Amino acid sequence: MAEYQNIFTRVQVREPAYPGVALPPGSLPRLGKPIFNYWIGKIGDAQIGPIYLGFAGMASLICGFIAIEIIGLNMLASVNWSPIAFLKNFFWLALEPPPPAYGLSFPPLGEGGWWLIAGFFLTASILLWWIRTYQRAIALGTGTHVAWAFAAAIFFYLTLGFIRPVLMGSWGEAVPFGIFPHLDWTAAISIRYGNFYYNPFHALSIAFLYGSAVLFAMHGGTILGVSRYGGDREIDQITSRGTAAERAMLFWRWTMGFNATMESIHRWAWWFAVLTVITAGLGILLTGTVVENWYLWGMKHGIVPPYPSELTIQDPALLQGVSQ
Amino acid sequence: MKILNSKTLALVALLAAVILLGCEAPPPESIQNGYRGLQMQTNYNPKLLRESLAANVPPAPIPPAAEGGPMAKDVYKNVQVLGDLTVNEFNRLMVALTNWVAPEQGCYYCHVSDGGFEEDGIYTKIASRKMLQMTQDTNANWKDHVADTGVTCYTCHRGNPVPEYVWTSDPGPGQPTALAPTGQNIASSTVAYSALPYDPFTPFLLQDNDIRVIGETALPQGNRRSIKQAEWTYGLMMHMSDALGVNCTYCHNSRSFYAWDQSTPQRTTAWYAIRHVRELNNEWVVPLSDVLPESRRGPLGDVYKVYCTTCHQGAYKPLYGAPMVKDYPSLQGPIPEGGLAAAAQAAEDAAGAPEDTQAAPAEDVTEDAAPTEAAVPAEEAAAPAEEATEAEEATEEAAPAEDATASDEQADAEEASAPAPEAAADESAPAATDAQAEAPTEQQPQQYRPQLQYPPPSMMRYPPAPLQYPPAPQTR
Repeated sequence: MAEYQNIFTRVQVREPAYPGVALPPGSLPRLGKPIFNYWIGKIGDAQIGPIYLGFAGMASLICGFIAIEIIGLNMLASVNWSPIAFLKNFFWLALEPPPPAYGLSFPPLGEGGWWLIAGFFLTASILLWWIRTYQRAIALGTGTHVAWAFAAAIFFYLTLGFIRPVLMGSWGEAVPFGIFPHLDWTAAISIRYGNFYYNPFHALSIAFLYGSAVLFAMHGGTILGVSRYGGDREIDQITSRGTAAERAMLFWRWTMGFNATMESIHRWAWWFAVLTVITAGLGILLTGTVVENWYLWGMKHGIVPPYPSELTIQDPALLQGVSQ
Repeated sequence: MKILNSKTLALVALLAAVILLGCEAPPPESIQNGYRGLQMQTNYNPKLLRESLAANVPPAPIPPAAEGGPMAKDVYKNVQVLGDLTVNEFNRLMVALTNWVAPEQGCYYCHVSDGGFEEDGIYTKIASRKMLQMTQDTNANWKDHVADTGVTCYTCHRGNPVPEYVWTSDPGPGQPTALAPTGQNIASSTVAYSALPYDPFTPFLLQDNDIRVIGETALPQGNRRSIKQAEWTYGLMMHMSDALGVNCTYCHNSRSFYAWDQSTPQRTTAWYAIRHVRELNNEWVVPLSDVLPESRRGPLGDVYKVYCTTCHQGAYKPLYGAPMVKDYPSLQGPIPEGGLAAAAQAAEDAAGAPEDTQAAPAEDVTEDAAPTEAAVPAEEAAAPAEEATEAEEATEEAAPAEDATASDEQADAEEASAPAPEAAADESAPAATDAQAEAPTEQQPQQYRPQLQYPPPSMMRYPPAPLQYPPAPQTR
């Protein structure tokens, strides 16, 4: 039992490869012969495969492949088809959305048209993958919690790349496909709209994001800590509390006065994760459409404290008789 | 329980060491420049700062010229700018100038070796005459930027005939014509290796496009500047930060980049500096396009131009504020009629008190000391230029229409958006070089050629023209 005191996974359950129950008639087949990998067993189940893709999965992969291909080839073209420059600049390269002057029209391919096409296929791929997560849950007779959590993330994705650009009237507002470029875009939208630090939904999203991390650590630590008393049977202990559940709850009650239950801790975690992306999406949705400058908005509503200034300067552009 | 064996441990240690090699050694040096507790500070790496301090030391001044003597214009021929200096002052400046600009090449870098010294037969002489006037104009009329510290040839040249840090319009890595250049997303030192637009200089330090993008109202009231446009501004700011070796908070309170009442006085200096550099490029450097040879031009055929790094070279003040120009009165402004001595005498008589004029800027008026005082430049009123508000109106009309079709239309729109001495690559290039960079319109049909080395200048898109999104429906 002391095996659980380790910080790494110590137990590998090995059994004959299990392909799963027979598929209903008319289904596409499961792909791949199961294999076992010792190192994968260190972080999860050692059995890899088979995988079931089905129609939605296949369609999703094809759409995703097309999107990645368009993005990659555009990146390669932007360095004049030079593989060396491509590798050297890989983290910098991007497929940019059209110049904002095009509004919501379909621009020439080389001026953002490819971005729209890539965005379409990427979105199709993601939505198809969502359908897949939903269908697999139903097929296995489980709840659809994972699918709805994924849907929350998709809401954020659509807000960034579709809903907000449409509300703003320009595809040019959307995020470029690229590693550093999308990070620069993130900094630029905050600067352009007067500092996201004062965007309350941004603040909420960060609180939920960091909160998710804390909850994850607390829960993982607690369950591993009480697994010697059967705490690993946590779902079972929702209704049939054993000494593991009692000890886990006492630990937190003694530590901070309040404790979750074997059931509610999972709802805490689920909601924190889901609210991270929902509040993030709301913050993006309001930016530019409803609020122009978050700093001034915060000023107006009294959430920005004034700082004392030794020396207040003026905008030289407003001074008379000054050369511009 | 053996968690780690020694081999794994060694491997992890090695990996950690490799990763740590990328870090700068602590501790950094922080200098506070705003209210406490707000991260209003500039951070320095002591080692790099020491190196920079050592690299930014001005040369010792040459002993002053003996007083009196005949005027240079009476003794030498073809002295157009420095004629009212005495011969001694004139020769002292020539010696200094040679040391600063062409220490290895000597006099004959700018003078024809087999003709007289008065001959104008070499382009460097024409250029250096213009540069002398530029230096004088800077020291006399741009005190909002250079204060009384001033600039000399050395501030930029540092012993090189061509200053080490110059820029030309950057067409990017070259790409197929079917792809419009975005002007960004390449690893580039000009914007400190961010993926921001790598040539923020053409739109902001040559053309006078509006740098400001942030809305100044809490709720939307018709600011149509896009996030892409913000990236261009951001690119320029990265350059400035890099050139001055400072972080954002040297000029801005990062809680609100746009707000002047939150900013430090240095921002005022920087505001004038941007206008100054723009004028340097348009009034003094670009007019040399007819003179400068191919080797002083960029890929689009435009001449080497000035940006922040040209003088600053990583220091918040060039040469860390060494007041070099005080030892060279002949560079402090256009030479007054009758010579420096006469002017100084006249000023002394007029003041009746030991008040310093240009001849002796003894007081150490620093750039950051007094922004309000710096903000009322009488001379500058004489040099007005169109402001961006006008340009903006023009663009808002032009923007939706212009993208649709040919490049001429776009060129027009760009010109409309930058009415001031545009003189962008497209104008200067045909005038100077005949072969290269010409004929942007002719190159359009070459769509099917597999490669085009560089996009023609007309294809370069600078803000705000295509980057400002169309006006909201009610104002359209």
